Amino acid sequence: MTTLDSSAALLGAGTSRPVPTASAFRRLRIGPILSVLFLLFLVVAVVDPSLLAHYQPLAVDPAKSLEAPSVAHLFGTDESGRDVFSRVVYGATPSLSIGLAATALGLAIAIVLGALAGLGGRVVDAIIGRILEILFAFPALLLALLFVTIFGASVESLIISVGLGSAPGYARMVRGQILAVKSSPYVEASYVLGHSRWRVLGRTVLPNAMRPLLVLATLGIGQSIIWASSLSFLGLGAAPPAPEWGAMLADGREFISTAWWVELFPGAMIVFVTLATTSLGRYLQRRLEGRGADA
Amino acid sequence: MTTVSTGSVSFEDDLDSDFTTTGARTSHSQRGWRRLVRTVGSGILVLWGAATVTFIAINAMPGNPAVAMAGGAASHPSKAVIAAVTREYGFDQSLFVQYLLYLLRLIRGNFGFSSSQKMPVADVIAESIWPTVLLTASALLLAWILAIASCLLTVRRGRFATSLGSGLEVLSAALPQYWLGILLLEIFAFSLGWIPATGGDGAVGLILPAFTLAIPLAGFMSQVTRDEFDLALEQPFVISARARGMSDWGVRLRHVLRHAVLPGLTLSGWALGSLISGAVIVETLYSRNGLGGVLLVGVTQQDMPLTVGVTLIVALVYVVANVVVDALYVVVDPRLRSR
Repeated sequence: MTTLDSSAALLGAGTSRPVPTASAFRRLRIGPILSVLFLLFLVVAVVDPSLLAHYQPLAVDPAKSLEAPSVAHLFGTDESGRDVFSRVVYGATPSLSIGLAATALGLAIAIVLGALAGLGGRVVDAIIGRILEILFAFPALLLALLFVTIFGASVESLIISVGLGSAPGYARMVRGQILAVKSSPYVEASYVLGHSRWRVLGRTVLPNAMRPLLVLATLGIGQSIIWASSLSFLGLGAAPPAPEWGAMLADGREFISTAWWVELFPGAMIVFVTLATTSLGRYLQRRLEGRGADA
Repeated sequence: MTTVSTGSVSFEDDLDSDFTTTGARTSHSQRGWRRLVRTVGSGILVLWGAATVTFIAINAMPGNPAVAMAGGAASHPSKAVIAAVTREYGFDQSLFVQYLLYLLRLIRGNFGFSSSQKMPVADVIAESIWPTVLLTASALLLAWILAIASCLLTVRRGRFATSLGSGLEVLSAALPQYWLGILLLEIFAFSLGWIPATGGDGAVGLILPAFTLAIPLAGFMSQVTRDEFDLALEQPFVISARARGMSDWGVRLRHVLRHAVLPGLTLSGWALGSLISGAVIVETLYSRNGLGGVLLVGVTQQDMPLTVGVTLIVALVYVVANVVVDALYVVVDPRLRSR
């Protein structure tokens, strides 16, 4: 019961009880299904964009500048006559990989810090707690700007800075999860069975504490993608000719009053990715808690 | 060990880890004012830590740090300027002396010289911070109004309203600020023509930028508040209040809301810091004067003293806001006043 309580509390106090709380995705199973379909579409766009897009993302056609959406050009064309749909499809790879890499980096840092804090005893815990507190004073976007000032604008500094910016949040959760698992009856049982401290930590505490990380990662990807694309939008990430979604939005800004489609679709993709990952993350969260209840 | 979840990773962990959900909060009532003192103490620690981080950042800059602090190699600083900067920052002395000099300068309010604005960083910040403070403060207020309205109107108001409310929250939290800003501009400034696209620094010019910053934040705030609101509605005091004959709205406004705003309140300090960095996007988009726009110019020109100065100011805002939030806690939660 302790485990269920604590892990559920970590993941969301409101979602742990049998009485359903307010969540649109809770009852509507269609949410996760649509999310998976959309993410599958993205996977195809990453693996083989030419299956979906009939034009090259950089193919310029001045005669077709700023054409409205039509059957030939589903999302219209941009100022250079490039097909916006194709650019959006080809843009999936750079846009998503930045967000994914940043999330992975953030999680990696968080697992190290969180595990040290959760397992290293009071002094280490207190020190890491202070460090995390200090890092919280740096909003992710500002940290990224500081990073770009030091190392210049590049995709690498973008990934590192967004990853660093999201790490303290994850770290605090990893720590909480480890502390919760540490005090659970099955860990106690493992000690009673005579297992050594390291065996219990390595085989029982860590694997159980890491379980919700998949959910955390899914929920966090959307924000990482938003941050990363924001920096591209400010001209501090992917360079403009590349079909990265944030950069596309920065590119099309001056045409907003005449050609809304240049701005609408790349932005909508970012929103859909975030919605899909959030929806899927929440679904996984509930599944995870459901399993906890059965055990 | 409980943390209130928002469904968003970046926000939920920001809650003070010792602040627990409704059921277990009573054990913390003894803390009362003591936690305020603790917050001030840890705030000073955070400021010192932030100063240390920026010191490390300056030293992490590739190349000669003196050249970097004088505006970077691209600005071709003269030998005399480099020598002056070296002397000022103590770059020719040991790292420890540099560090002490750095802290001493910060305590005196000396943030160095901004190469992109051609004046001291402290003056740049003093000149441009007020439009940004006005913008972020209105955005925070607006976000709270939207979040509370959404919770009051849709939590446990039947399946449709509930789904609509939480659906809208998830959607708003997923909106990138720059895209939302573009859409609002297109709809309200260009298509409908209700609001001029560049409304200047007056109240009309504040409307669209404030909404652009507030809507995604409101999505997050509202998710946190909603979970807590929902929990509070199950508490025995709700039943007893209803049994006393209090109306549904009365219960929600007078009892439930008090509980529900607490976790969101904790987030406010963090939110203010992140709103200031969000102002970089919004001020650029709406061509508003302010710290954000100045910062962006500084970043693109590798103006290290300016970026560091703004970072430290944001850390200061974060710390001050957290102290204010702690004081507000005592106002909102009477149990904290007991001792």
